[in-house]
Amino acid sequence: MAKKQNSVLPGFRLTLGYTLLYLSLIVLIPLAATFVKSSELSWAEFSRTVFSPQALAAYRLSFGASFLAAAVNGFFGFIVAWVLVRYDFFGKRIVDALVDLPFALPTAVAGITLATLYAPNGWLGGWLAPLGIKVSYTQLGIFVALTFIGLPFIVRTVQPVLADLDSELEEAAASLGANRWQTFWRVIFPLLSPALLTGFALAFARALGEYGSVVFISSNIPMKTQIVPLLIMSELDGFQYAKATALAVVMLVISFLLLLAINLLQWWSNRYNATNLA
Amino acid sequence: MTDDAKINAPRRISEPPVVRCLLIAVALAFIALFLVVPLLSVFAEALRQGFGFYFQTLRDPMTVSAIELTLIAAAISVPLNCLFGVAAAWTIAKFDFPGKNILLTLIDLPFSISPVISGMIYVLIFGAQGWFGPWLIEHNIRIIFAVPGIVLATMFVTFPFVARELIPLMQAQGRTEEEAARVLGANGWQTFWRVTLPNIKWGLLYGVILCNARAMGEFGAVSVVSGHIQGQTNTIPLHVQILYESNNIPGAFAVASLLTLLALVTLALKTWVEYKSTGLRGTAFTPVPLKKRPN
Repeated sequence: MAKKQNSVLPGFRLTLGYTLLYLSLIVLIPLAATFVKSSELSWAEFSRTVFSPQALAAYRLSFGASFLAAAVNGFFGFIVAWVLVRYDFFGKRIVDALVDLPFALPTAVAGITLATLYAPNGWLGGWLAPLGIKVSYTQLGIFVALTFIGLPFIVRTVQPVLADLDSELEEAAASLGANRWQTFWRVIFPLLSPALLTGFALAFARALGEYGSVVFISSNIPMKTQIVPLLIMSELDGFQYAKATALAVVMLVISFLLLLAINLLQWWSNRYNATNLA
Repeated sequence: MTDDAKINAPRRISEPPVVRCLLIAVALAFIALFLVVPLLSVFAEALRQGFGFYFQTLRDPMTVSAIELTLIAAAISVPLNCLFGVAAAWTIAKFDFPGKNILLTLIDLPFSISPVISGMIYVLIFGAQGWFGPWLIEHNIRIIFAVPGIVLATMFVTFPFVARELIPLMQAQGRTEEEAARVLGANGWQTFWRVTLPNIKWGLLYGVILCNARAMGEFGAVSVVSGHIQGQTNTIPLHVQILYESNNIPGAFAVASLLTLLALVTLALKTWVEYKSTGLRGTAFTPVPLKKRPN
């Protein structure tokens, strides 16, 4: 490995300097400002805001709905990834491209579309209303929106690992007498589980911060259908910047912890695959 | 393993046909329910009042000004993030220095932050009660509830897109070709323009496509800093919200259909670039952490 001093390529100082300057101006300094701003609050004020009944209800709903949405995506996303890698069927390429739609579609569009679809007079809500199931403007609606935006994560993390899986492992299991289910459950699934967990964590993290797709389908009633980003937004709309900042700091700390967990998962996943698939 | 090998393999290393059909059916039903039905309903709702109303909504001066502002925000943020992406990828992929993993994680930060918080951080700095608030008011400069705030928020949320696409690509390519160019007498710029850029053009294009899609569609962060002044600080997604909340549902969907078309064009271009250049995997859309590689 060549040291930077004797590299013949130019531009190290220029590009590193520019990278750090731009990163600091756009990301690091504004983020640091949030933490500094929150330190202007006394501990009593801070804890009154972040442990208020309304905030606690919002955390519960945010975590619960995000977890459920990521779990449902884990199950169905795994099947979609499996089908896309292993089987051939008509329209496979289109389905593959369409999986990224929740990333490409602006969240506001997703929000109004889902709210309209699942409203009692909507295409899907109209079917569910006679059964007594209300989706739009309820907690169930929040879950539907979070499932929509988290859909691509599991598919896109499992897909490449599944595609790279060596068929010899399955052949070995089969020739040693395992039936297909045993081969899947004992050989294939353990090899995919780090990728599956990474996808789950990514979908969960995205759902926790989601705003645009939820704001339309949720009725935004405190204690009932208000997730944390909606609560922060309503504090900002009321010019309650100190309260909004305190809540934002809690969410930022949770995001950083999740980012750390995802990094560790990814590190484990790479090492796991390196030792098992080498 | 090729697809043909999979199909012709003995049953024990594949699933019985019944199971295959069942799994395909479940996957397609899930995709249809969550992706295809919403997609179709956007256009159905948009055209509910007929084509006349549809085009009238799109020609409305408020819609036109929202489109203009969205184009301005994307035209500023995409090139700046592109420049940053190339600089960051060059420094990370071509040189060794301590703290590289920390730098990679920091570049990813905007992905893990809620859009609402992404907008809020600029309000805390440039807003009336913010750090520079009094100074800005004194000098009559508006950033929050004005166009500069919208551009800043857009830059923040699209910050990692190009960098994420180029870093793994340039790491995989290594630096031998650039070193050869230097040894043969090319200067730094010549090396970059004639050797590096042709190698990374598809990755760069890919990053730009994804970055642009997010820049034009961002809602949460922009919503915090916009102030929602029709005709002045309204982007397309914010205009969708205003129409929807004023109960002009067909109008909201007519404007939303523009963003949906943008999303479909983005997916088509993305698939085309993937087809032209194997090895690109859209890491900007699925933010799996980037890892330092030994050069």
